[in-house]
Amino acid sequence: MIRFEDVSKSYPDGTEAVRGFTLEAPTGCTTVLVGSSGCGKTTLLRMVNRMVDPTSGIVWIDDENVAEVPPVPLRRRIGYVMQNAGLLPHRLVIDNIATVPLLNGVPKAEAHRRASELMELVGLEPRMGKRYPDQLSGGQQQRVGVARGLAADPNILLMDEPFGAVDPLVRADLQAELLRIQRELHKTILFVTHDIAEALALGDQIVILAKGARIAQTGTPQEVVAEPADSFVADFLGLGRGSLDLHLRETPTGTLVLDAHGRPAGRLVGESRTDATA
Amino acid sequence: MNYFTQALAWIADPENLHGDGGLLARSWEQIWYTLLAVLVASVIAIPLGYLVGHTGRGRGLVVATSGAARALPTLGVVTLVGLIFGIGLFAPMVALVLLAVPSVLAGAYAGVEAIDPRTKDAARSMGMSEWQVLTKVEIPLGLPLLIGGLRSATLQVVATATLAAYVGAGGLGRFLFLGLKTQDYPQMLAAALLVMVIALILEGAYELAERQAAQRLRTH
Ligand SMILES: Nc1ncnc2c1ncn2[C@@H]1O[C@H](COP(=O)(O)OP(=O)(O)OP(=O)(O)O)[C@@H](O)[C@H]1O
Ligand SMILES: [Mg+2]
Repeated sequence: MIRFEDVSKSYPDGTEAVRGFTLEAPTGCTTVLVGSSGCGKTTLLRMVNRMVDPTSGIVWIDDENVAEVPPVPLRRRIGYVMQNAGLLPHRLVIDNIATVPLLNGVPKAEAHRRASELMELVGLEPRMGKRYPDQLSGGQQQRVGVARGLAADPNILLMDEPFGAVDPLVRADLQAELLRIQRELHKTILFVTHDIAEALALGDQIVILAKGARIAQTGTPQEVVAEPADSFVADFLGLGRGSLDLHLRETPTGTLVLDAHGRPAGRLVGESRTDATA
Repeated sequence: MNYFTQALAWIADPENLHGDGGLLARSWEQIWYTLLAVLVASVIAIPLGYLVGHTGRGRGLVVATSGAARALPTLGVVTLVGLIFGIGLFAPMVALVLLAVPSVLAGAYAGVEAIDPRTKDAARSMGMSEWQVLTKVEIPLGLPLLIGGLRSATLQVVATATLAAYVGAGGLGRFLFLGLKTQDYPQMLAAALLVMVIALILEGAYELAERQAAQRLRTH
């Protein structure tokens, strides 16, 4: 469990990035922070691994106040997937993935073996391990970033727009992959995105943020879409623009699902399942 | 015969070439002085440059001091230190080290400073200690610029090392000062040519080293 307790952050230049933020991210669940650019998402995430220290308030990991944990060991047990992949340009991909285990003193052969497994997990071909980061596409680099975040088998995973640099198809692919990984590993994930569709796809809990990391609404994806707390949330979800309004149309070959503009968003298959989390 | 062919003939003369005070021995002295000066300068300037580059503190001070050091007239330093400590290698060595320090220092801190801050941030957020950020990220990625600094320091020193002979030490300067005194211009030209050849050889070595570093570090 990660708990933010009335946390604020002002940067030295006076920017108040986070104001009085309180939230609990339950163990084993994916909590998605979603909000527009500059609303303080990255700042929140980096408070967990002490890359940013709050000006006031406390961040808890279970019953530990992170301010009392030395940053270096703390960071080594928290997986962090950075907004821009953040790979070390002078190290092979395989060594990038193995960074944290190697820092923790895991023997090189074992760290590499583990790194190879992770490459498979995130869908990277083994031969890519012997490349340098700048020899990979942006999307491949992000996969390396995800693999690196998982390498030390951390209980907590901080993911800052990890799929930002990939096209929609690959993005959907990586999202599905993450859901699969999460079903297997049950990490406590704090996931940042500004893409509402991604938030709805991945989150057990969704936190919609306004400027200064003010919480506009917290809830399951269903709750948020069914009952937006206010017009800000409705706008953010695109409900006002009708972008989440879907209709059904019967055709000779089956039922199509249409978006607000009457374009096909998908097709209806079978009965809609009752929701396990509801 | 013009001076140039005379100089070449002077170099080719086995009598000038070999022996204790011969061209070869003096060339080795010249190289040895150069490397020693750059080595001593490195021992001083590299740790200092890394400290400044890593912490971002004291940059102004270091830039100002090394700028002032650059402005020191080397011959003046040689004379002054020679007057205090007597003739021999010490005085020219002090002057050569002073000459080399600013370039090495600039190469060391610029190399660290020029690294993408996101890369350093990533290293830190993976749980590297400050020492590990320095040794595993900043030093390797800063290597090409450090080599560049060593390179320009070496080139400045190799030419200036001829001044060692001014206070009784060896090196190719011996022939320059001797030639000047006896108006033996071919001898002076011969010594100057050899300094140039040594400079070119060192240049070549640095060029190779820089390429190696760039290739290994993928900073090209
Ligand atoms: N080091 C810093 N110094 C000063 N201001 C900062 C710093 N880092 C962030 N900020 C400011 O704090 C606010 C929140 O930044 P943050 O990076 O947390 O936003 P974000 O929600 O992650 O945005 P994005 O979606 O664009 O990544 C912004 O106004 C930003 O300009
Ligand atoms: Mg951000």
